[in-house]
Amino acid sequence: MIFNIARKELKSMFASPMGWVILSLLMFAFGTYYLNGVNDYFAVMSGSMRPAERTGVTQFVGQTVYGFASFMVLFAVPLLSMRLIAEERRSQTLPFLFSAPASLTEIVIGKFLGLVLFLSILVVYIGLMLSTLNIWADIDFGFLVANSIGLLFMIASFSALGLYFSSMTQQPVVAAILTFIALFALMFLDRFFAGDPSNTLASLSLTRHFQTFANGLIDSADITYFSLFIVTFLTLTVRRLDADRLRG
Amino acid sequence: MTNFTVEAIELTRLYGGRAAVSNVSFNLSKGEVLGFLGPNGAGKSTTMKMLTGNLAPSNGSVKICGIDMIENPKEAKALIGYLPEMRPLYKEFTVDEYLTMAARLHRVSAKHIKPAVERAKARCGLSHMSKRLIENLSNGYQQRVGIAQAIIHSPMVIILDEPTVGLDPIQIRDIRALIRELGQEHSVIISTHILPEVEMVCDHVQIIDKGVLVFNGSIDVLKNQRVGNKLLIGLKNPPSVADMLGIAGVIEAEMLPSGLMRVRFAEGATPAEAIVQASVQNGWGLHQIAPDQTSLEDVFVQLTYQEQPIVAE
Repeated sequence: MIFNIARKELKSMFASPMGWVILSLLMFAFGTYYLNGVNDYFAVMSGSMRPAERTGVTQFVGQTVYGFASFMVLFAVPLLSMRLIAEERRSQTLPFLFSAPASLTEIVIGKFLGLVLFLSILVVYIGLMLSTLNIWADIDFGFLVANSIGLLFMIASFSALGLYFSSMTQQPVVAAILTFIALFALMFLDRFFAGDPSNTLASLSLTRHFQTFANGLIDSADITYFSLFIVTFLTLTVRRLDADRLRG
Repeated sequence: MTNFTVEAIELTRLYGGRAAVSNVSFNLSKGEVLGFLGPNGAGKSTTMKMLTGNLAPSNGSVKICGIDMIENPKEAKALIGYLPEMRPLYKEFTVDEYLTMAARLHRVSAKHIKPAVERAKARCGLSHMSKRLIENLSNGYQQRVGIAQAIIHSPMVIILDEPTVGLDPIQIRDIRALIRELGQEHSVIISTHILPEVEMVCDHVQIIDKGVLVFNGSIDVLKNQRVGNKLLIGLKNPPSVADMLGIAGVIEAEMLPSGLMRVRFAEGATPAEAIVQASVQNGWGLHQIAPDQTSLEDVFVQLTYQEQPIVAE
Protein backbone atom coordinates (compact mmCIF):
# COMPACT_ATOMS: atom_id res chain seq x y z
CA MET A 1 0.00 0.00 0.00
CA ILE A 2 2.86 2.35 0.90
CA PHE A 3 4.43 1.45 -2.40
CA ASN A 4 1.22 2.20 -4.32
CA ILE A 5 0.94 5.64 -2.78
CA ALA A 6 4.62 6.37 -3.42
CA ARG A 7 4.06 5.31 -7.02
CA LYS A 8 1.13 7.67 -7.35
CA GLU A 9 3.22 10.55 -5.99
CA LEU A 10 6.09 9.80 -8.34
CA LYS A 11 3.70 9.65 -11.25
CA SER A 12 2.10 12.94 -10.40
CA MET A 13 5.53 14.54 -9.98
CA PHE A 14 6.49 13.47 -13.47
CA ALA A 15 3.08 14.52 -14.78
CA SER A 16 3.69 18.15 -13.86
CA PRO A 17 6.28 20.39 -15.48
CA MET A 18 7.54 21.41 -12.04
CA GLY A 19 9.25 18.07 -11.44
CA TRP A 20 11.01 18.06 -14.80
CA VAL A 21 12.06 21.70 -14.55
CA ILE A 22 13.58 21.24 -11.11
CA LEU A 23 15.37 18.04 -12.10
CA SER A 24 16.83 19.49 -15.25
CA LEU A 25 17.88 22.79 -13.69
CA LEU A 26 19.56 21.05 -10.78
CA MET A 27 21.34 18.60 -13.04
CA PHE A 28 22.55 21.44 -15.19
CA ALA A 29 23.85 23.26 -12.13
CA PHE A 30 25.58 20.15 -10.76
CA GLY A 31 27.13 19.44 -14.14
CA THR A 32 28.53 22.96 -14.27
CA TYR A 33 29.95 22.66 -10.77
CA TYR A 34 31.51 19.35 -11.67
CA LEU A 35 33.23 20.80 -14.72
CA ASN A 36 34.42 23.83 -12.78
CA GLY A 37 35.61 21.57 -10.00
CA VAL A 38 37.77 19.54 -12.38
CA ASN A 39 39.22 22.71 -13.95
CA ASP A 40 39.90 24.28 -10.58
CA TYR A 41 41.58 21.11 -9.41
CA PHE A 42 44.30 21.42 -12.00
CA ALA A 43 44.65 25.15 -11.39
CA VAL A 44 44.95 24.76 -7.62
CA MET A 45 47.09 21.64 -7.60
CA SER A 46 49.61 22.99 -10.08
CA GLY A 47 50.06 25.86 -7.60
CA SER A 48 50.50 23.71 -4.51
CA MET A 49 54.04 22.44 -4.45
CA ARG A 50 54.27 20.82 -1.04
CA PRO A 51 52.67 17.36 -0.68
CA ALA A 52 50.76 18.47 2.45
CA GLU A 53 48.81 20.98 0.39
CA ARG A 54 47.67 18.37 -2.08
CA THR A 55 44.29 16.66 -1.84
CA GLY A 56 42.84 13.88 -3.95
CA VAL A 57 40.68 14.66 -6.94
CA THR A 58 37.68 12.84 -5.42
CA GLN A 59 37.74 14.94 -2.33
CA PHE A 60 38.34 18.19 -4.16
CA VAL A 61 35.65 17.79 -6.82
CA GLY A 62 33.35 15.80 -4.53
CA GLN A 63 33.30 18.45 -1.86
CA THR A 64 32.52 21.15 -4.40
CA VAL A 65 29.63 19.24 -5.92
CA TYR A 66 28.15 17.73 -2.74
CA GLY A 67 28.51 20.98 -0.83
CA PHE A 68 26.64 22.75 -3.57
CA ALA A 69 24.04 19.97 -3.81
CA SER A 70 23.24 20.07 -0.09
CA PHE A 71 22.66 23.78 -0.48
CA MET A 72 20.57 23.50 -3.65
CA VAL A 73 18.12 20.97 -2.20
CA LEU A 74 17.21 23.70 0.27
CA PHE A 75 15.41 25.35 -2.65
CA ALA A 76 14.28 22.23 -4.47
CA VAL A 77 12.58 20.38 -1.61
CA PRO A 78 10.14 23.12 -0.56
CA LEU A 79 9.06 23.55 -4.19
CA LEU A 80 8.32 19.86 -4.53
CA SER A 81 7.07 19.07 -1.04
CA MET A 82 4.60 21.95 -0.91
CA ARG A 83 2.17 20.17 -3.19
CA LEU A 84 2.11 16.84 -1.38
CA ILE A 85 -0.77 17.51 0.98
CA ALA A 86 -1.64 21.21 0.65
CA GLU A 87 -2.52 20.81 -3.02
CA GLU A 88 -4.66 17.75 -2.33
CA ARG A 89 -6.41 19.62 0.39
CA ARG A 90 -7.09 22.56 -1.86
CA SER A 91 -8.44 20.48 -4.72
CA GLN A 92 -10.30 18.27 -2.22
CA THR A 93 -8.75 15.04 -3.38
CA LEU A 94 -7.76 13.83 0.08
CA PRO A 95 -10.98 11.78 0.50
CA PHE A 96 -9.72 9.64 -2.37
CA LEU A 97 -6.82 8.50 -0.19
CA PHE A 98 -8.74 8.52 3.07
CA SER A 99 -11.49 6.27 1.70
CA ALA A 100 -8.99 3.77 0.38
CA PRO A 101 -8.10 0.87 2.63
CA ALA A 102 -4.87 2.48 3.81
CA SER A 103 -3.95 3.84 7.22
CA LEU A 104 -2.84 7.42 7.68
CA THR A 105 0.66 6.22 8.47
CA GLU A 106 0.78 4.36 5.16
CA ILE A 107 -0.44 7.43 3.30
CA VAL A 108 2.14 9.71 4.93
CA ILE A 109 5.05 7.30 4.49
CA GLY A 110 3.95 6.66 0.92
CA LYS A 111 3.99 10.35 0.10
CA PHE A 112 7.31 10.82 1.85
CA LEU A 113 8.87 7.91 -0.01
CA GLY A 114 7.52 9.19 -3.30
CA LEU A 115 9.31 12.50 -2.86
CA VAL A 116 12.53 10.93 -1.57
CA LEU A 117 12.60 8.47 -4.47
CA PHE A 118 12.11 11.34 -6.90
CA LEU A 119 14.98 13.34 -5.40
CA SER A 120 17.22 10.30 -5.10
CA ILE A 121 17.42 10.46 -8.89
CA LEU A 122 19.66 13.45 -8.24
CA VAL A 123 21.80 11.55 -5.75
CA VAL A 124 22.27 8.69 -8.21
CA TYR A 125 23.01 11.15 -10.97
CA ILE A 126 25.67 12.98 -8.96
CA GLY A 127 27.22 9.67 -7.94
CA LEU A 128 27.41 8.52 -11.55
CA MET A 129 28.77 11.85 -12.71
CA LEU A 130 31.58 11.80 -10.18
CA SER A 131 32.33 8.15 -10.94
CA THR A 132 33.29 9.18 -14.46
CA LEU A 133 36.44 10.65 -12.88
CA ASN A 134 37.54 7.05 -12.50
CA ILE A 135 38.26 6.95 -16.23
CA TRP A 136 41.26 9.25 -15.74
CA ALA A 137 42.03 8.86 -12.06
CA ASP A 138 41.85 6.26 -9.35
CA ILE A 139 39.04 7.67 -7.22
CA ASP A 140 37.92 6.99 -3.67
CA PHE A 141 34.50 5.32 -3.99
CA GLY A 142 34.10 5.17 -0.20
CA PHE A 143 34.09 8.95 -0.13
CA LEU A 144 31.39 9.04 -2.79
CA VAL A 145 29.25 6.49 -0.96
CA ALA A 146 29.49 8.39 2.35
CA ASN A 147 28.57 11.64 0.63
CA SER A 148 25.68 10.05 -1.24
CA ILE A 149 24.28 8.57 1.96
CA GLY A 150 24.67 11.93 3.68
CA LEU A 151 22.93 13.76 0.85
CA LEU A 152 20.13 11.21 0.84
CA PHE A 153 19.58 11.66 4.58
CA MET A 154 19.62 15.40 4.11
CA ILE A 155 17.01 15.16 1.36
CA ALA A 156 14.88 12.80 3.42
CA SER A 157 14.96 15.11 6.44
CA PHE A 158 14.06 18.11 4.30
CA SER A 159 11.21 16.16 2.74
CA ALA A 160 9.82 15.07 6.10
CA LEU A 161 9.79 18.66 7.29
CA GLY A 162 8.30 19.85 4.01
CA LEU A 163 5.58 17.21 4.22
CA TYR A 164 4.67 18.38 7.71
CA PHE A 165 4.36 22.01 6.68
CA SER A 166 2.37 20.93 3.65
CA SER A 167 -0.10 19.16 5.92
CA MET A 168 -0.68 22.32 7.93
CA THR A 169 -2.10 24.53 5.24
CA GLN A 170 -4.29 24.61 2.16
CA GLN A 171 -1.98 26.92 0.27
CA PRO A 172 1.03 25.21 -1.33
CA VAL A 173 2.89 28.51 -1.51
CA VAL A 174 2.51 29.11 2.20
CA ALA A 175 3.80 25.59 2.82
CA ALA A 176 6.80 26.25 0.58
CA ILE A 177 7.69 29.49 2.32
CA LEU A 178 7.34 28.01 5.80
CA THR A 179 9.42 25.00 4.81
CA PHE A 180 12.09 27.18 3.31
CA ILE A 181 12.35 29.39 6.37
CA ALA A 182 12.43 26.44 8.75
CA LEU A 183 15.05 24.61 6.70
CA PHE A 184 17.14 27.71 6.28
CA ALA A 185 17.14 28.27 10.02
CA LEU A 186 17.97 24.64 10.73
CA MET A 187 20.79 24.56 8.20
CA PHE A 188 22.52 27.67 9.40
CA LEU A 189 21.82 27.29 13.06
CA ASP A 190 25.46 26.48 13.72
CA ARG A 191 26.53 29.74 12.09
CA PHE A 192 24.62 31.68 14.74
CA PHE A 193 26.55 29.85 17.41
CA ALA A 194 29.89 30.06 15.64
CA GLY A 195 31.50 31.49 18.77
CA ASP A 196 30.30 28.62 20.92
CA PRO A 197 30.43 25.40 18.88
CA SER A 198 29.61 23.21 21.89
CA ASN A 199 26.18 24.83 22.31
CA THR A 200 23.32 22.30 22.32
CA LEU A 201 21.28 24.32 19.86
CA ALA A 202 24.14 24.39 17.42
CA SER A 203 24.20 20.62 17.30
CA LEU A 204 20.63 20.67 16.03
CA SER A 205 21.95 22.13 12.80
CA LEU A 206 21.45 19.87 9.81
CA THR A 207 24.62 21.12 8.12
CA ARG A 208 26.75 20.11 11.04
CA HIS A 209 25.49 16.54 10.82
CA PHE A 210 25.96 16.52 7.08
CA GLN A 211 29.53 17.65 7.59
CA THR A 212 30.73 14.27 8.87
CA PHE A 213 29.33 12.57 5.78
CA ALA A 214 30.94 15.27 3.64
CA ASN A 215 34.29 14.33 5.14
CA GLY A 216 33.71 10.72 4.14
CA LEU A 217 32.67 9.46 7.57
CA ILE A 218 29.55 7.43 8.24
CA ASP A 219 28.81 8.18 11.87
CA SER A 220 25.95 6.34 13.59
CA ALA A 221 25.27 9.42 15.75
CA ASP A 222 24.48 11.47 12.65
CA ILE A 223 22.41 8.68 11.14
CA THR A 224 20.43 8.56 14.38
CA TYR A 225 19.96 12.31 14.33
CA PHE A 226 18.62 12.30 10.78
CA SER A 227 16.41 9.27 11.44
CA LEU A 228 14.91 10.86 14.53
CA PHE A 229 14.35 14.07 12.63
CA ILE A 230 12.49 12.19 9.89
CA VAL A 231 10.42 10.06 12.28
CA THR A 232 9.47 13.11 14.32
CA PHE A 233 8.12 15.08 11.40
CA LEU A 234 6.37 12.10 9.82
CA THR A 235 4.65 11.39 13.14
CA LEU A 236 3.61 15.02 13.43
CA THR A 237 2.17 14.84 9.92
CA VAL A 238 0.16 11.72 10.75
CA ARG A 239 -1.17 13.43 13.84
CA ARG A 240 -2.06 16.53 11.87
CA LEU A 241 -4.04 14.49 9.35
CA ASP A 242 -5.69 12.53 12.13
CA ALA A 243 -6.83 15.81 13.65
CA ASP A 244 -8.56 16.55 10.34
CA ARG A 245 -10.52 13.36 10.65
CA LEU A 246 -11.39 13.96 14.28
CA ARG A 247 -12.16 17.65 14.18
CA GLY A 248 -13.29 17.89 10.61
CA MET B 1 -23.85 -12.42 11.72
CA THR B 2 -26.36 -9.95 10.47
CA ASN B 3 -27.28 -9.50 6.85
CA PHE B 4 -27.00 -5.75 6.94
CA THR B 5 -24.34 -4.24 4.72
CA VAL B 6 -24.46 -0.89 6.46
CA GLU B 7 -25.38 -0.30 10.05
CA ALA B 8 -25.28 3.19 11.43
CA ILE B 9 -25.83 3.26 15.15
CA GLU B 10 -26.72 6.54 16.82
CA LEU B 11 -24.31 8.56 14.74
CA THR B 12 -23.67 11.97 16.20
CA ARG B 13 -21.28 14.63 15.04
CA LEU B 14 -20.65 17.81 16.92
CA TYR B 15 -18.95 20.85 15.46
CA GLY B 16 -17.92 23.04 18.36
CA GLY B 17 -20.93 22.11 20.44
CA ARG B 18 -23.43 22.39 17.57
CA ALA B 19 -24.74 19.05 16.41
CA ALA B 20 -24.44 18.70 12.63
CA VAL B 21 -25.84 15.20 12.84
CA SER B 22 -27.49 13.76 15.90
CA ASN B 23 -28.54 10.21 16.68
CA VAL B 24 -28.91 8.98 13.13
CA SER B 25 -29.47 5.23 13.06
CA PHE B 26 -30.36 3.06 10.11
CA ASN B 27 -29.66 -0.26 8.45
CA LEU B 28 -29.28 -1.19 4.84
CA SER B 29 -29.45 -4.67 3.34
CA LYS B 30 -27.80 -6.04 0.24
CA GLY B 31 -29.46 -5.07 -2.99
CA GLU B 32 -31.14 -1.95 -1.68
CA VAL B 33 -30.81 1.62 -2.85
CA LEU B 34 -31.14 4.19 -0.12
CA GLY B 35 -31.89 7.79 -0.95
CA PHE B 36 -30.74 10.44 1.42
CA LEU B 37 -32.82 13.56 1.18
CA GLY B 38 -32.54 16.83 2.96
CA PRO B 39 -32.28 20.57 2.49
CA ASN B 40 -28.88 22.21 2.24
CA GLY B 41 -26.82 21.93 5.39
CA ALA B 42 -29.02 19.20 6.83
CA GLY B 43 -26.11 16.87 7.48
CA LYS B 44 -26.26 14.57 4.46
CA SER B 45 -22.62 14.95 3.51
CA THR B 46 -21.49 14.82 7.14
CA THR B 47 -23.31 11.51 7.59
CA MET B 48 -21.73 10.14 4.43
CA LYS B 49 -18.27 11.22 5.54
CA MET B 50 -18.79 9.35 8.78
CA LEU B 51 -20.03 6.26 6.97
CA THR B 52 -16.89 6.19 4.84
CA GLY B 53 -14.48 6.87 7.68
CA ASN B 54 -13.46 10.30 6.42
CA LEU B 55 -14.77 11.87 9.59
CA ALA B 56 -14.76 10.39 13.06
CA PRO B 57 -18.20 10.42 14.68
CA SER B 58 -18.42 12.21 18.02
CA ASN B 59 -20.62 9.38 19.18
CA GLY B 60 -22.09 6.21 17.78
CA SER B 61 -20.61 3.71 15.37
CA VAL B 62 -20.67 2.50 11.80
CA LYS B 63 -20.51 -1.13 10.75
CA ILE B 64 -19.92 -2.20 7.18
CA CYS B 65 -20.91 -5.85 6.68
CA GLY B 66 -20.46 -6.30 10.41
CA ILE B 67 -16.97 -4.73 10.47
CA ASP B 68 -16.60 -1.75 12.74
CA MET B 69 -15.29 1.34 10.94
CA ILE B 70 -13.46 2.65 13.99
CA GLU B 71 -11.86 -0.58 15.12
CA ASN B 72 -10.94 -2.01 11.71
CA PRO B 73 -10.93 0.94 9.35
CA LYS B 74 -8.87 -0.76 6.66
CA GLU B 75 -11.08 -3.82 6.34
CA ALA B 76 -14.23 -1.72 6.46
CA LYS B 77 -12.98 0.81 3.91
CA ALA B 78 -12.07 -1.99 1.51
CA LEU B 79 -15.80 -2.76 1.24
CA ILE B 80 -16.83 0.79 0.34
CA GLY B 81 -16.74 2.82 -2.82
CA TYR B 82 -17.19 6.51 -2.16
CA LEU B 83 -17.76 9.50 -4.37
CA PRO B 84 -17.61 12.66 -2.25
CA GLU B 85 -19.46 15.82 -3.07
CA MET B 86 -16.31 17.34 -4.52
CA ARG B 87 -14.95 14.85 -7.01
CA PRO B 88 -11.51 13.72 -5.87
CA LEU B 89 -9.94 13.71 -9.32
CA TYR B 90 -6.26 14.15 -10.05
CA LYS B 91 -6.61 16.27 -13.11
CA GLU B 92 -3.08 15.77 -14.39
CA PHE B 93 -3.76 12.09 -15.13
CA THR B 94 -5.59 10.42 -17.97
CA VAL B 95 -8.76 8.47 -17.28
CA ASP B 96 -6.93 5.16 -17.59
CA GLU B 97 -4.06 6.21 -15.34
CA TYR B 98 -6.43 7.53 -12.72
CA LEU B 99 -8.64 4.46 -12.67
CA THR B 100 -5.63 2.12 -12.57
CA MET B 101 -4.37 4.04 -9.58
CA ALA B 102 -7.77 3.82 -7.90
CA ALA B 103 -7.85 0.07 -8.50
CA ARG B 104 -4.39 -0.37 -7.02
CA LEU B 105 -5.22 1.70 -3.96
CA HIS B 106 -8.31 -0.42 -3.41
CA ARG B 107 -6.26 -3.58 -3.45
CA VAL B 108 -7.39 -4.97 -6.77
CA SER B 109 -4.78 -7.64 -7.50
CA ALA B 110 -2.37 -6.89 -10.31
CA LYS B 111 -3.84 -9.25 -12.87
CA HIS B 112 -7.39 -8.03 -12.28
CA ILE B 113 -6.62 -4.34 -12.63
CA LYS B 114 -7.00 -4.11 -16.38
CA PRO B 115 -10.36 -5.93 -16.58
CA ALA B 116 -11.61 -3.90 -13.60
CA VAL B 117 -10.69 -0.62 -15.29
CA GLU B 118 -12.30 -1.72 -18.55
CA ARG B 119 -15.49 -2.78 -16.80
CA ALA B 120 -15.80 0.43 -14.81
CA LYS B 121 -15.23 2.47 -17.97
CA ALA B 122 -17.82 0.49 -19.92
CA ARG B 123 -20.36 0.88 -17.15
CA CYS B 124 -19.94 4.62 -16.93
CA GLY B 125 -19.72 5.16 -20.70
CA LEU B 126 -16.10 6.27 -20.61
CA SER B 127 -14.54 3.75 -22.98
CA HIS B 128 -13.82 6.31 -25.69
CA MET B 129 -12.25 8.73 -23.20
CA SER B 130 -9.49 6.40 -21.96
CA LYS B 131 -6.53 8.46 -23.11
CA ARG B 132 -7.94 11.88 -22.35
CA LEU B 133 -6.61 13.99 -19.51
CA ILE B 134 -9.24 14.33 -16.80
CA GLU B 135 -8.61 18.07 -16.81
CA ASN B 136 -9.90 18.31 -20.38
CA LEU B 137 -13.10 16.38 -19.81
CA SER B 138 -16.45 18.12 -19.46
CA ASN B 139 -18.12 18.37 -16.11
CA GLY B 140 -20.43 15.47 -16.84
CA TYR B 141 -17.62 13.18 -17.91
CA GLN B 142 -15.60 14.11 -14.85
CA GLN B 143 -18.58 13.08 -12.76
CA ARG B 144 -18.61 9.74 -14.57
CA VAL B 145 -14.93 9.25 -13.80
CA GLY B 146 -15.81 9.96 -10.17
CA ILE B 147 -18.45 7.25 -10.22
CA ALA B 148 -16.14 4.84 -12.07
CA GLN B 149 -13.53 5.30 -9.33
CA ALA B 150 -16.11 4.42 -6.70
CA ILE B 151 -17.21 1.17 -8.34
CA ILE B 152 -13.85 -0.03 -9.65
CA HIS B 153 -13.28 -2.64 -6.94
CA SER B 154 -16.93 -3.85 -6.97
CA PRO B 155 -17.45 -2.86 -3.36
CA MET B 156 -20.31 -4.18 -1.24
CA VAL B 157 -21.46 -0.66 -0.47
CA ILE B 158 -21.41 2.26 -2.86
CA ILE B 159 -21.87 5.72 -1.42
CA LEU B 160 -22.47 8.55 -3.88
CA ASP B 161 -22.85 12.10 -2.67
CA GLU B 162 -25.07 13.98 -5.12
CA PRO B 163 -24.08 11.89 -8.15
CA THR B 164 -26.23 13.71 -10.70
CA VAL B 165 -25.17 17.26 -9.98
CA GLY B 166 -24.01 19.12 -13.05
CA LEU B 167 -25.10 16.54 -15.59
CA ASP B 168 -27.32 17.06 -18.61
CA PRO B 169 -30.73 15.32 -18.69
CA ILE B 170 -29.53 12.43 -20.84
CA GLN B 171 -26.51 11.81 -18.65
CA ILE B 172 -28.74 11.99 -15.58
CA ARG B 173 -30.91 9.26 -17.09
CA ASP B 174 -27.85 7.11 -17.79
CA ILE B 175 -26.50 7.59 -14.28
CA ARG B 176 -29.86 6.76 -12.74
CA ALA B 177 -30.04 3.59 -14.81
CA LEU B 178 -26.51 2.77 -13.68
CA ILE B 179 -27.42 3.32 -10.03
CA ARG B 180 -30.43 1.04 -10.37
CA GLU B 181 -28.24 -1.58 -12.00
CA LEU B 182 -25.62 -1.28 -9.27
CA GLY B 183 -28.38 -1.51 -6.68
CA GLN B 184 -29.13 -5.06 -7.75
CA GLU B 185 -25.84 -6.55 -6.60
CA HIS B 186 -24.51 -3.93 -4.22
CA SER B 187 -25.98 -1.67 -1.60
CA VAL B 188 -26.11 1.90 -2.77
CA ILE B 189 -26.56 5.07 -0.78
CA ILE B 190 -27.12 8.27 -2.72
CA SER B 191 -27.78 11.72 -1.45
CA THR B 192 -29.66 14.25 -3.47
CA HIS B 193 -32.08 17.10 -3.25
CA ILE B 194 -33.79 16.23 -6.49
CA LEU B 195 -37.00 14.60 -5.31
CA PRO B 196 -38.21 12.78 -8.45
CA GLU B 197 -34.79 11.16 -8.60
CA VAL B 198 -35.41 9.47 -5.29
CA GLU B 199 -38.74 8.18 -6.49
CA MET B 200 -37.18 6.76 -9.63
CA VAL B 201 -34.09 5.18 -8.18
CA CYS B 202 -34.47 4.34 -4.53
CA ASP B 203 -36.14 1.57 -2.53
CA HIS B 204 -35.69 3.33 0.75
CA VAL B 205 -35.79 6.96 1.64
CA GLN B 206 -34.43 8.88 4.54
CA ILE B 207 -35.15 12.50 5.05
CA ILE B 208 -32.77 14.34 7.28
CA ASP B 209 -33.29 17.84 8.53
CA LYS B 210 -31.06 19.85 10.85
CA GLY B 211 -29.10 16.71 11.62
CA VAL B 212 -32.12 14.69 12.70
CA LEU B 213 -33.72 11.85 10.79
CA VAL B 214 -37.33 12.94 10.19
CA PHE B 215 -38.39 10.11 7.92
CA ASN B 216 -37.05 6.64 7.44
CA GLY B 217 -38.98 4.13 5.42
CA SER B 218 -39.66 2.52 2.11
CA ILE B 219 -40.40 4.67 -0.90
CA ASP B 220 -43.98 3.33 -1.05
CA VAL B 221 -44.83 4.94 2.26
CA LEU B 222 -43.76 8.26 0.85
CA LYS B 223 -45.71 7.67 -2.35
CA ASN B 224 -48.88 6.79 -0.43
CA GLN B 225 -48.50 9.88 1.60
CA ARG B 226 -48.57 12.02 -1.48
CA VAL B 227 -51.62 10.40 -3.12
CA GLY B 228 -54.09 11.92 -0.72
CA ASN B 229 -57.84 11.65 -0.41
CA LYS B 230 -58.68 14.61 -2.58
CA LEU B 231 -60.25 15.05 -5.99
CA LEU B 232 -59.90 17.99 -8.28
CA ILE B 233 -63.07 18.56 -10.30
CA GLY B 234 -63.68 20.94 -13.16
CA LEU B 235 -67.31 21.93 -13.76
CA LYS B 236 -68.84 24.36 -16.26
CA ASN B 237 -71.84 25.18 -14.06
CA PRO B 238 -70.54 24.50 -10.60
CA PRO B 239 -73.14 23.87 -7.92
CA SER B 240 -72.94 25.37 -4.47
CA VAL B 241 -70.59 23.86 -1.95
CA ALA B 242 -73.58 22.58 0.02
CA ASP B 243 -74.81 20.58 -2.99
CA MET B 244 -71.45 18.93 -3.30
CA LEU B 245 -71.36 18.08 0.38
CA GLY B 246 -74.67 16.25 -0.15
CA ILE B 247 -72.93 13.53 -2.12
CA ALA B 248 -72.13 10.50 0.01
CA GLY B 249 -68.52 10.33 1.16
CA VAL B 250 -67.64 13.98 0.54
CA ILE B 251 -66.63 15.73 3.73
CA GLU B 252 -65.19 18.94 2.45
CA ALA B 253 -65.46 20.98 -0.71
CA GLU B 254 -64.03 24.30 -1.74
CA MET B 255 -63.89 26.42 -4.86
CA LEU B 256 -60.40 27.20 -6.00
CA PRO B 257 -59.55 30.53 -7.61
CA SER B 258 -58.77 28.65 -10.82
CA GLY B 259 -62.46 27.69 -11.16
CA LEU B 260 -61.81 24.10 -10.20
CA MET B 261 -63.36 22.53 -7.15
CA ARG B 262 -61.34 20.57 -4.61
CA VAL B 263 -63.25 17.84 -2.80
CA ARG B 264 -61.94 15.92 0.17
CA PHE B 265 -63.53 12.58 0.88
CA ALA B 266 -63.58 10.29 3.88
CA GLU B 267 -60.93 7.63 4.23
CA GLY B 268 -61.95 4.57 2.20
CA ALA B 269 -64.81 6.28 0.36
CA THR B 270 -64.78 6.48 -3.45
CA PRO B 271 -67.17 9.27 -4.32
CA ALA B 272 -65.87 9.80 -7.85
CA GLU B 273 -68.62 7.80 -9.51
CA ALA B 274 -71.33 9.48 -7.44
CA ILE B 275 -69.97 12.88 -8.35
CA VAL B 276 -70.01 12.05 -12.06
CA GLN B 277 -73.58 10.80 -11.84
CA ALA B 278 -74.73 13.85 -9.93
CA SER B 279 -73.03 16.04 -12.47
CA VAL B 280 -74.81 14.34 -15.36
CA GLN B 281 -78.20 14.52 -13.62
CA ASN B 282 -77.93 18.17 -12.66
CA GLY B 283 -76.13 19.38 -15.76
CA TRP B 284 -73.05 20.68 -13.95
CA GLY B 285 -71.01 20.25 -17.11
CA LEU B 286 -68.16 18.05 -15.86
CA HIS B 287 -65.04 18.40 -17.94
CA GLN B 288 -62.30 17.23 -15.62
CA ILE B 289 -61.89 14.93 -12.65
CA ALA B 290 -58.59 13.84 -11.24
CA PRO B 291 -57.01 12.88 -7.95
CA ASP B 292 -55.35 15.88 -6.37
CA GLN B 293 -51.80 14.76 -5.68
CA THR B 294 -49.70 16.61 -3.27
CA SER B 295 -46.38 16.92 -4.96
CA LEU B 296 -43.39 15.21 -3.45
CA GLU B 297 -42.13 18.70 -2.70
CA ASP B 298 -45.11 19.31 -0.44
CA VAL B 299 -44.51 16.08 1.42
CA PHE B 300 -40.88 16.99 1.77
CA VAL B 301 -41.70 20.45 3.05
CA GLN B 302 -44.25 19.01 5.45
CA LEU B 303 -41.74 16.55 6.81
CA THR B 304 -38.88 18.93 7.15
CA TYR B 305 -40.98 21.55 8.89
CA GLN B 306 -42.66 19.07 11.18
CA GLU B 307 -41.61 18.76 14.79
CA GLN B 308 -42.54 15.12 15.39
CA PRO B 309 -40.55 12.50 13.52
CA ILE B 310 -42.50 10.00 11.49
CA VAL B 311 -41.10 6.51 11.70
CA ALA B 312 -42.56 4.08 9.26
CA GLU B 313 -42.43 0.28 9.46
